[in-house]
Amino acid sequence: MEYPEPLSVLDAQGNYDPNRAPAELRPYLDELGLDKLKQFFADMYITRVFDKDASNLQRQGQLGLWIPSQGQEAVQVAAAYASRPDDYIFPAYREHAIARIRGIDPFDILRWLRGNTHGGWDPKKHNFHIYTVVIGAHALHATGYAMGINLDREKDPSVDKAVMVFYGDGATSQGDTNEAMIFAASYKTPQVFVVQNNQWAISVPVTVQSKTPIYLRAQGFGIPSWQIDGNDVMVSYALAKHALNSARNGGGPQFIEAVTYRQGAHTSSDDPTKYEDPEMRAEWLEKDPIKRLEIYLRAQGVEEEFFTALDAEAKEYAAGIRARLIALGAPETSTMFRNVYSEYHPVTEAQEKWLADYEASFEVEI
Amino acid sequence: MSNLPIAKAITAGLEAAMTKDDRVLLMGEDIGQLGGVFRVTEGLKAKFGASRVMDTPLAESGIIGTAIGLALNGYRPVCEIQFDGFIFPAFNQITTQLAKLTNRLEGAGNLPIVIRVPYGGHIGAVEHHQESPEAYFAHTPGLKLVSPSTANDAYWMIQQAIESNDPVMFFEPKSKYWTKGEVSLNTPTHQLHKTVVAREGEHVTVLGHGAMVHVLLQAAGLAQSEGISLEVLDLRSLSPIDYLPILRSVSKTGRLVVAQEAPGFVSIGSEIAATVTEQAFYSLDAPVLRVSGFDVPFPPAKLEKLYLPDADRVLEAVDRALAF
Ligand SMILES: Cc1ncc(C[n+]2csc(CCOP(=O)(O)OP(=O)(O)O)c2C)c(N)n1
Ligand SMILES: [Mg+2]
Repeated sequence: MEYPEPLSVLDAQGNYDPNRAPAELRPYLDELGLDKLKQFFADMYITRVFDKDASNLQRQGQLGLWIPSQGQEAVQVAAAYASRPDDYIFPAYREHAIARIRGIDPFDILRWLRGNTHGGWDPKKHNFHIYTVVIGAHALHATGYAMGINLDREKDPSVDKAVMVFYGDGATSQGDTNEAMIFAASYKTPQVFVVQNNQWAISVPVTVQSKTPIYLRAQGFGIPSWQIDGNDVMVSYALAKHALNSARNGGGPQFIEAVTYRQGAHTSSDDPTKYEDPEMRAEWLEKDPIKRLEIYLRAQGVEEEFFTALDAEAKEYAAGIRARLIALGAPETSTMFRNVYSEYHPVTEAQEKWLADYEASFEVEI
Repeated sequence: MSNLPIAKAITAGLEAAMTKDDRVLLMGEDIGQLGGVFRVTEGLKAKFGASRVMDTPLAESGIIGTAIGLALNGYRPVCEIQFDGFIFPAFNQITTQLAKLTNRLEGAGNLPIVIRVPYGGHIGAVEHHQESPEAYFAHTPGLKLVSPSTANDAYWMIQQAIESNDPVMFFEPKSKYWTKGEVSLNTPTHQLHKTVVAREGEHVTVLGHGAMVHVLLQAAGLAQSEGISLEVLDLRSLSPIDYLPILRSVSKTGRLVVAQEAPGFVSIGSEIAATVTEQAFYSLDAPVLRVSGFDVPFPPAKLEKLYLPDADRVLEAVDRALAF
């Protein structure tokens, strides 16, 4: 079967052609003035510099694990800016660019991967849920949250929030992501599913997960869907905004497959040389999302100064996080027993006390 | 005061909770129009509407997973799992998400979700409809488990479970759904996680939950005619376990028999036996004995009477305890 190419307006060489987008996306593309695009570029760039430094921190023994987002910054930044601050986002675990834009201190992501916490931030402060490690489980949480928005709307018709949920091509094989679409369609939730098809689920290529393009499956659930070039920040923004507006205006769930590439390893524990074709990798590096936007911005007259200043800012930003991470100690022992329940529980309380007494029994009396 | 079967006491408890707090929602398969396969939610859709009594798609993981999302958005979902043996498609959502999210959120959120599970045998049904899966969930930190044995407890405990800010699994003794009892509609008799004395006695303490309490009371009646006095404890809370009344009773009787429908291996009964042995060693005149289902798959209905502990099996253990 031959399928059409993913929707794109900014090609790998940095050529912008809005006419390649369907008419309904044009108004959103028109929102993208130079200032906005410079902002997108800055967020993509800073995230990448931070991301690379986090990989180094892992190699230097400062992190147990790192999960690189490199190569996937465009769709993430676009979706983050397309959403309203009161729209609720459920990430998987690679959405560092969105987290940053939502006001999460990336230091808190590092605290998680250093082994200091299972969470890291207060989702309600950012309308950005904590990362979920069990593949696809959070897709149902997103749908449930969106069902709640519908119930809120029954009481107050002015409620027009939406939910966005992110997961990978591998996750599309899980029952939970499919059940999430079934519930979403059934309850007509104000929700946008975003699959970042980065071609891999660890070492397994997307062709093992699906023989049809992933976005086509959504249509079988009765969910409108699109496939876009996820390395094109402009089309990603336009479609994310369009889909969010459809969802919040009663159109029910929407589905976006963003075709992109995981430029780094799956995680710092992975070795892509065992499965990745170097030619394929080289081709995808040519389609890098940051590179193409830089070419475009320069062609639009953005000066060298902007890029050098941004580079300095990004490095300083990453260095600041690095310094704080290295200074970070271990969490208090008692935190292990806290928040297992939100209310008093005899078992956790007794065990917390037991461990404290046990530890204290080793302290030398002077 | 009102005389109600356990099933209808739960209905009344759900109705009271939904009336009190409009964030309380019911979700499950066939619970709306039909009122549930056991009719526990009968009439509630008509009263509260389809948005608060949801006939969900047929997907248990979906039910619990979306309930989690609803709870994160401020709602208080009460999910019905149609039968004990069908909870396993939701096992992942219950154990990796529901049980752990409060901990992961570090104080930034909690999960007020109740999962209602009609459980246990004695109804002669096909496979997957007669099981007692409590131990899987009792083993998981972050969950609380309770099980009523009377109509009054059913009415109050479902409301207390809904008021809990943490996830509660509510195991309903389906074989006793139609057993009537007095319900006092004014004030709850006990707190949710309390074990109570169902019948006072002197010689041996017998302990169980849900439908088993009825078997224990029957055994106590039979024992009395032989001059043996059993103290029957209704566990009520399976996690956490309320040890004080158990230890108090054992310090009086010196003997404990724990009974359950579930297989005995790595079970609630094993846990209680171990803890009572640790904490009341010098009060015990006999080892703590367990009476359980056998460690086999729940058998075909024609054999269930031999699988499920009855009063005679309880009394056999009582005799052994007394022989020490
Ligand atoms: C239920 C479950 N099974 C397996 C894993 C281990 N695992 C972590 S990430 C991953 C691949 C996920 O691939 P995809 O959904 O495409 O997301 P990506 O990592 O590519 O962003 C696997 C198998 C897991 N975390 N959860
Ligand atoms: Mg992937």
